[in-house]
Amino acid sequence: MDARDDVYEYSLDTHHSEEEGKKMRKKFMVVLGALSLVTIIEVAMGMMWSRDESMATFLKVTFIGLTLFKAAGITWYFMHLGDEKKGFKMIILLPYFVLIGYLIAICLVEALYSGGIRPAIENYFGL
Amino acid sequence: MSGHVSQTAAPSHSDHSAAPWGGGTSPFKMSYGKMMMWFFLVSDAFTFSGLLTAYGFMRHKYEDIWPTAGDVFTHFPFYDGHIELAYVAFMTFVLIASSVTMVLAVEAGHRMNKKSVQFWLILTIIGGAVFVGSQAWEWYHFIHGTKHGAYLLEDGVTVMRHKIDPATHVLEEGVFLVPVNRDGALTEASGFSEVSGSEAEAMKATATHIHGANLSHNEYGVPLFADFFFFITGFHGFHVFSGVCINFIIFLMVVEGKFEKTGHYEMVEKTGLYWHFVDLVWVFVFTFFYLL
Repeated sequence: MDARDDVYEYSLDTHHSEEEGKKMRKKFMVVLGALSLVTIIEVAMGMMWSRDESMATFLKVTFIGLTLFKAAGITWYFMHLGDEKKGFKMIILLPYFVLIGYLIAICLVEALYSGGIRPAIENYFGL
Repeated sequence: MSGHVSQTAAPSHSDHSAAPWGGGTSPFKMSYGKMMMWFFLVSDAFTFSGLLTAYGFMRHKYEDIWPTAGDVFTHFPFYDGHIELAYVAFMTFVLIASSVTMVLAVEAGHRMNKKSVQFWLILTIIGGAVFVGSQAWEWYHFIHGTKHGAYLLEDGVTVMRHKIDPATHVLEEGVFLVPVNRDGALTEASGFSEVSGSEAEAMKATATHIHGANLSHNEYGVPLFADFFFFITGFHGFHVFSGVCINFIIFLMVVEGKFEKTGHYEMVEKTGLYWHFVDLVWVFVFTFFYLL
């Protein structure tokens, strides 16, 4: 079968050498280490402080922060989004951030119905 | 003079290729298939975000009577004690590790190393299968519940639970917890009240003894918790299951030597994207469902 020249089946710069591969594999191991470490820290923190009311706010903020850190590691290094062109990163990330903002806004507005925005936020972060 | 005018305004085909958006080349240096996989994953991420947001909303609406995941998921294989969330942490680790083996398979594909791609792909498939199996195990324990169970009161909605000391996990015999506000699902709840003695016996007389959780009742508290648990982890588990199947098909294609013929392992890269996404979603489910 002849290759069609109007269909771009594969990007040009995806093959790499043995040495480059070595460097990449090392990077993946560092990411794996970081992700596992964060998961262990999360579980340990949950075990220690999940019943301590005074730690509730700190725990929630830290857990969400660490989760975003893990998510960034996976998308940037494992899914190679960090290696894509800037325009493509924007195409993937911007619509997503817009939707998340929209969802959070809906949640806060709907919280009016079940008690109000301020109580909802205060309740969540234990303020 | 006119003969010396240089021809600047007549770009050839190769000039087109030089400009990213001039046609003749992929502006993002990316194939159609890979880009569409990304777009599919973004849309799938929308679905999961919607589910988790809905979960968060309902959870904080019923904050006072919502079960704590740490009290529900306490089982560990071959251990008859109470360890909070340890098995879920193990499952998370398995999925992250299988994400790493997948990225190594993709990397080996870039070096056109067929043997190495096969090796890492099969490890990825095993990791995925272990995860799905673990999830089934966890569903089993959630559905079957505890030995002591709980009591579903006459109204068919309210659950009267045994009082268990949160620190020592010891059950207080004859003492029960009942949600204070029981007049319908849409009013705001305000915690539990303790019931014991003859009052408890009277309530028990008309109640149904239940174990575990299903879509209509939940030993650990609000049925909504079980509904969200089954739907979100089920939807994610279905993603993992289909991911394992897809990875297996790709594995067979690698073994056949199909990608040696095509000259690249882009197919592994595309399924790899899907696989990492499944891992990514789990990171969020783990935090919002189990940790928070």
